[in-house]
Amino acid sequence: MFLWIIQRDLLLAMRRRADVLTTLFFFIIVVSLFPLGVGPEMNMLRIMAPGVVWVAALLASMLSLGRMFSGDHLDGTLEQMLISPQSLSLLVLGKALAHWLVTGVPLVLMAPVLGIQYDLPADALLVLTASLLLGTPVLSLIGAIGAALTLGLRGGGVLVSLLVLPLYIPILIFGAGAVEASTAGLGAGAHMSLLGAFLLASLVLAPWTAAVSLRISME
Amino acid sequence: MAINWFKYSSPASFYFLAGKMIPFFSIAAVILCLAGLYIGFFVAPTDFQQGEAYRIIFIHVPAAWMSMFLYVVMAMWSGIGLAFNTRLSSMVATAIAPTGAMFTFLALWTGALWGKPMWGTWWVWDARLTSELILLFLYIGFMSLQAAIDDPRRADKAGAMIALVGVVNVPIIYFSVKWWNTLHQGASVSLTQSPKMATTMLTGMLIMSLACWMYAIAMVLIRTRAVILERERHTAWVGELQGAA
Repeated sequence: MFLWIIQRDLLLAMRRRADVLTTLFFFIIVVSLFPLGVGPEMNMLRIMAPGVVWVAALLASMLSLGRMFSGDHLDGTLEQMLISPQSLSLLVLGKALAHWLVTGVPLVLMAPVLGIQYDLPADALLVLTASLLLGTPVLSLIGAIGAALTLGLRGGGVLVSLLVLPLYIPILIFGAGAVEASTAGLGAGAHMSLLGAFLLASLVLAPWTAAVSLRISME
Repeated sequence: MAINWFKYSSPASFYFLAGKMIPFFSIAAVILCLAGLYIGFFVAPTDFQQGEAYRIIFIHVPAAWMSMFLYVVMAMWSGIGLAFNTRLSSMVATAIAPTGAMFTFLALWTGALWGKPMWGTWWVWDARLTSELILLFLYIGFMSLQAAIDDPRRADKAGAMIALVGVVNVPIIYFSVKWWNTLHQGASVSLTQSPKMATTMLTGMLIMSLACWMYAIAMVLIRTRAVILERERHTAWVGELQGAA
């Protein structure tokens, strides 16, 4: 059932490839806008790079949250899922993982290329990619709660940003901090451990919270 | 003597209980506020390091305390409302949010006023300031989520979820001083050590805290009454109330 949900959501996403690419291109455009805004000095860009890439990843991941449940909500599939005997938390976990595979993984793959634009050294690129790999699933998992709570509300898209972005802040701090710590020669181990801890905690708590929220929204 | 607490979990009986309690808390708030301000401005000595500017702590510290404390209380009532399905608890949570947001804003604003003469800048990206700002975002998120949902029961429950998720942030605020060592000075008051400030200053601050406390209770009760009236406007007892007035 869990694998089936992931498979199904991936299939749906592949049928509408434009949606996936929009998120990715949004990420690329936001990151590319910053040098145009602040000027092309490489020294400054190198310092800014982790923060810019991470903020762009946050926004890109958030923008596609609305799609996590709304399609299934509109055609009634979600109601069937709610009354199915399967654990709803597991279903939500599957949907969040599918969301990550569709939006998070392309960002992770694209990040080194964008890091080169900002003249990051090779080991910093590695840390940036690794921190995104650990952090982006957390974004999808926390985002699932916001998406579930704002399901079917007017102005849900703006509202979800208001709810979810404050909760993303620790991920941003430690994700971007990992790269900064490694370029400063401190080693990214501590930051990575914290990101890993966030991932594990949200893997356990977020699907359950999102499932409760879905039931509230669908009452 | 056993008091039947459940009696007051009914919005109708709580409405009248709150009506009786509001004058008491309002008067206490005014008296304590006057006493606290008097101590703060006339009795407490000038600080030898910070000069007169330190006097902002008489409102800044109580506001910051209240902002965090009210969020926890709001999350607690939300949780109770969610767990026991009591309408009144959720109404109280809804009523707390604007007061909490106001105190958060006040703490940020007075902090900026204090930071300009002390640090030479209105704002620093220090852990405590930042988390207080995040707390303001959480309050605003809670209020806008509730405002966006038309069905009050769903609004209560959805708000409760987001309040409980956000309550994770409050300990981060509290321990941030220990986690990140930055510009912001450490806590001046702690339960384990004797206070590092003059007794009169401490008295003034504690009295002002009590005043803020009383004010918050009075405000929350007034707002809860308004929420009760709005939600129960179709019931018989509200109709009688209107007839009597």
